[in-house]
Amino acid sequence: MIDLLRKYESKLTAQGICDEGAPLFGALDAELVWNRSGAETAVLEEVISGLNIASILYARPAEPYFSILNRLAARATEGYFVPGDSETRTFFHDIPVSDRFDAPTIVATLKRRRSIFIRDHGIVTYGTVSPEQAFVVMSSVCFSGFVKFFTDALVTGTKGDDIALLRDAMRRYREFIDSTRDLVPSHAGPFAESVRIYDAIIEAGRLTVERRMVDSYFGNISYRDGGTIYISQTGSSLDELAGCIDPCPVDGSSCAGITASSEYSAHRDILMNGDARAILHGHPRFSVIMSMICEKENCANRGQCHRLCSTPRFIGDVPIIPGEIGTGRFGLCNTLPPALRGRRGAIVWGHGLFTTGRDDFREAFRSLVEIELMCLEEYGKALGKK
Amino acid sequence: MHGWRGKILHINLSDTTSRIEEPSAALYEKFIGGKGLAGYYLSRSIRLSWDDPGMPLLFFTGPLVDTPSPTSGRMAIVSRSPLTGTVGDTSVGGKYGTQIKRAGLDGIVITGRSAGWRGIVIRDGAVEYRDAAHLQGKTVSETLREIGDDGSAAVIGPAAENGVLFASIMIDGHYSSGRGGLGLVMAAKKLKYIAVSGSGKTSIHDRALLDRAREEIIRLTSASPALLGELGISNFGTGALLDLIQSRRMLPTDNFRATAFADAQSVNAFSYKTKYHTKKTGCAGCHVLCKKKGERGEIIPEYETMSHFTALLGNTDLDAVVEANRICNEAGMDTISAAATIACHSEITGAALTPRDIVSLLGEIAASRGVGAELARGSWRYAESKGHPGVSISVKKLELPAYDPRGARGMALAYAVSTRGGCHLRAYPISHEILRKPVATDRFTFSGKARIIKIAEDLNAVIDSLTACKFLFFAATLEEFALAFQGVTGVPATAQDLLRAGERIYYHDRVMNAQNGFTAADDDLPARFFTIDGTGGNGIAVPAIDRAAFLKARADYYKIRGLDKRGLPTNAKMKELGMA
Repeated sequence: MIDLLRKYESKLTAQGICDEGAPLFGALDAELVWNRSGAETAVLEEVISGLNIASILYARPAEPYFSILNRLAARATEGYFVPGDSETRTFFHDIPVSDRFDAPTIVATLKRRRSIFIRDHGIVTYGTVSPEQAFVVMSSVCFSGFVKFFTDALVTGTKGDDIALLRDAMRRYREFIDSTRDLVPSHAGPFAESVRIYDAIIEAGRLTVERRMVDSYFGNISYRDGGTIYISQTGSSLDELAGCIDPCPVDGSSCAGITASSEYSAHRDILMNGDARAILHGHPRFSVIMSMICEKENCANRGQCHRLCSTPRFIGDVPIIPGEIGTGRFGLCNTLPPALRGRRGAIVWGHGLFTTGRDDFREAFRSLVEIELMCLEEYGKALGKK
Repeated sequence: MHGWRGKILHINLSDTTSRIEEPSAALYEKFIGGKGLAGYYLSRSIRLSWDDPGMPLLFFTGPLVDTPSPTSGRMAIVSRSPLTGTVGDTSVGGKYGTQIKRAGLDGIVITGRSAGWRGIVIRDGAVEYRDAAHLQGKTVSETLREIGDDGSAAVIGPAAENGVLFASIMIDGHYSSGRGGLGLVMAAKKLKYIAVSGSGKTSIHDRALLDRAREEIIRLTSASPALLGELGISNFGTGALLDLIQSRRMLPTDNFRATAFADAQSVNAFSYKTKYHTKKTGCAGCHVLCKKKGERGEIIPEYETMSHFTALLGNTDLDAVVEANRICNEAGMDTISAAATIACHSEITGAALTPRDIVSLLGEIAASRGVGAELARGSWRYAESKGHPGVSISVKKLELPAYDPRGARGMALAYAVSTRGGCHLRAYPISHEILRKPVATDRFTFSGKARIIKIAEDLNAVIDSLTACKFLFFAATLEEFALAFQGVTGVPATAQDLLRAGERIYYHDRVMNAQNGFTAADDDLPARFFTIDGTGGNGIAVPAIDRAAFLKARADYYKIRGLDKRGLPTNAKMKELGMA
């Protein structure tokens, strides 16, 4: 178990979610093991004994997440804040907050929800199956807090010294993207051999994470070769795709791809009805944020934008469309394929960005970064007007 | 009282009396309903033999049934298993659970034994006893035709009448309460059928809260490839798993002598869909609709049946599989035990079976005729009588379903410690070891699995008590269902509160089994899994299970579960769970 704890500790720091040495990770099988010692272990052990869980994670998020979450917590009037982005809302509903780092408070909250943010301390979360669950929740709370803070700043206005925090976070983010500009896919398509397809998918997925164009294990990626679509598996991390790619015959003659991404139907439709062979889907944060900024007043669909938005909107040449995860009535499988036709990318409201490549992932990856930078710039302009 | 109807109907077949009990709210909250509450009523008689008139046969629903909570049409049927001697409980779909609720009840407890064959008709809680002598020997569908289409009916077929130890109880004709032979308990009471209907309505405490939970659950299921995805079970039925399990090299083949079937692609769900032009059907209150029917009304087999009547027996004839499924449904037999027992027979005798042989043997088993009379006792008794007990691929005498444990270590541990024997549904580690939900785990290690299995058993005990469908938990979690539970009943409960109830309910199983002499010696796997490698391929090696690692994981499980080193319950844990 200690190997798993170390793995997810490393991912938290590599992805900039926590500073090195911050995560305190415990796993319980027959015995409880910790990744490190810490003053908080006594409280956390009490938490473990009050819950039916297999792992626990406590960490102070890195900046700017920590400051952002503290401010959101200070403004939470009912003991929680509600994320605005649709994917986090689908899985986590709301994020409880508290001022008290004590076992009874944490136990009472974690009985109801999967995480708690404690002001001036950090996030506590857990897993019942794998420490990966705790890693995913930690990452998602930071992401959703970031998105909410930036969205609120444009929608409801900034408060106090928010501007400084917003601008500092944007500057850091821009510097990070610029500093990693050499990280781009190298495999040139089209690919005819499956081994080359796997290599190209694995590389593009890894780079998407390394450029921080996606958080935790969300996002997906696919490539079409004739009658087969190679697609990342559901719940797979884009930086760990070896062994997690399903080859799906498009005629449906095998269900082995039942573990394929929940967006398989959308991918298949796009790949079988256009010129693209490659699709890349990430959650670059400013694309998500800008998709949620709409100034239309008195809209009948307000509050249901993620599935009912009927107003054509663009950021530059990139459309913003509604659509829920998966294949339901409001599923993005209905809205995304037509929106992407003839375009380099499309943003699903409050969710993420899909881009395509004709032959390989180089074009899709370039579009992913370019569109995100365009959204970052647009955000800066919008903030300047406030 | 909201959610629950507050009434349990007790029927004594010996003197055809009945009475209504109104349990306390505290009892409901402690055991929830379904499996949990039925277990409470079973416990006082658990040391009786399955055919003792005092042994209860229990039909129990849960608080979510007959409400808009998703997949709430299920129920539990519970007694002591004739096949295994353990606690015998099954979760079954259809509309029976809904009708019990509409009849104003949460459960039916049947004891006693009738002098001659009887049927029972329950309408809005009123009990009518009917003579059923003329139905003796009738198949399930023949019996249903005789009793008419009124509400919902639980029926046994000829297999139970003829003493088949894995006889099932059939709900609405093709929803099988299959595992463990509970049909035989019903036959021992000379009860051919129980029909139930009602016109009442289950009260809901907070409809808005329930609607919120429902919306969240529906949204999560829409995001689940395994449920509503293009290749998922809504489109293809549970048979969609066959390709996946084959690709992971863990499809039980040739009576578990191999783990991959060369002809798997020709017997997959797509083949059925193409050949029979399948359409969706399913339980009351379900939006997934995982059951499939052919255009001529053929019942398309579930994954386990599909797999065991092909790969396990070397058969590639789809018509024979559909016919085998039909025979099992009509005679009232568990398809998993039936196929696995025939596979055991095939290995012992060395006989390669044709499709016609398979169908013929099923007829003989249902009639307990010829070699069928021997096979009707299940694979373990049959193999032991032939001097080859190791050829029965079973745990606690219950035949294993269609996931080879060499391909998933959590599944191996879950099979071994399951309180009803070789069952995949107690902990369903396939969810994370294969389907990647809620997250993927390394299927070839025991590391961390002891606690995962324990928590999953608690969770599934809750699901079977609510009574909901396990499949939905590929997508939703107890967090959303706790909200639904609270909306329906008004009882404030978090996911962790429900898990605690699940822990109590599952521990109760261990307590009852211990009273019948079950120990660690019974929590074990057939020897071949520790000595023979599975069939590797596609870059996947499927090594035999390391015995020492298995025993270590089992010891860890006992510690986590609060059992002693012999796998027996402790007073301290019982006290902690409010059971002593």
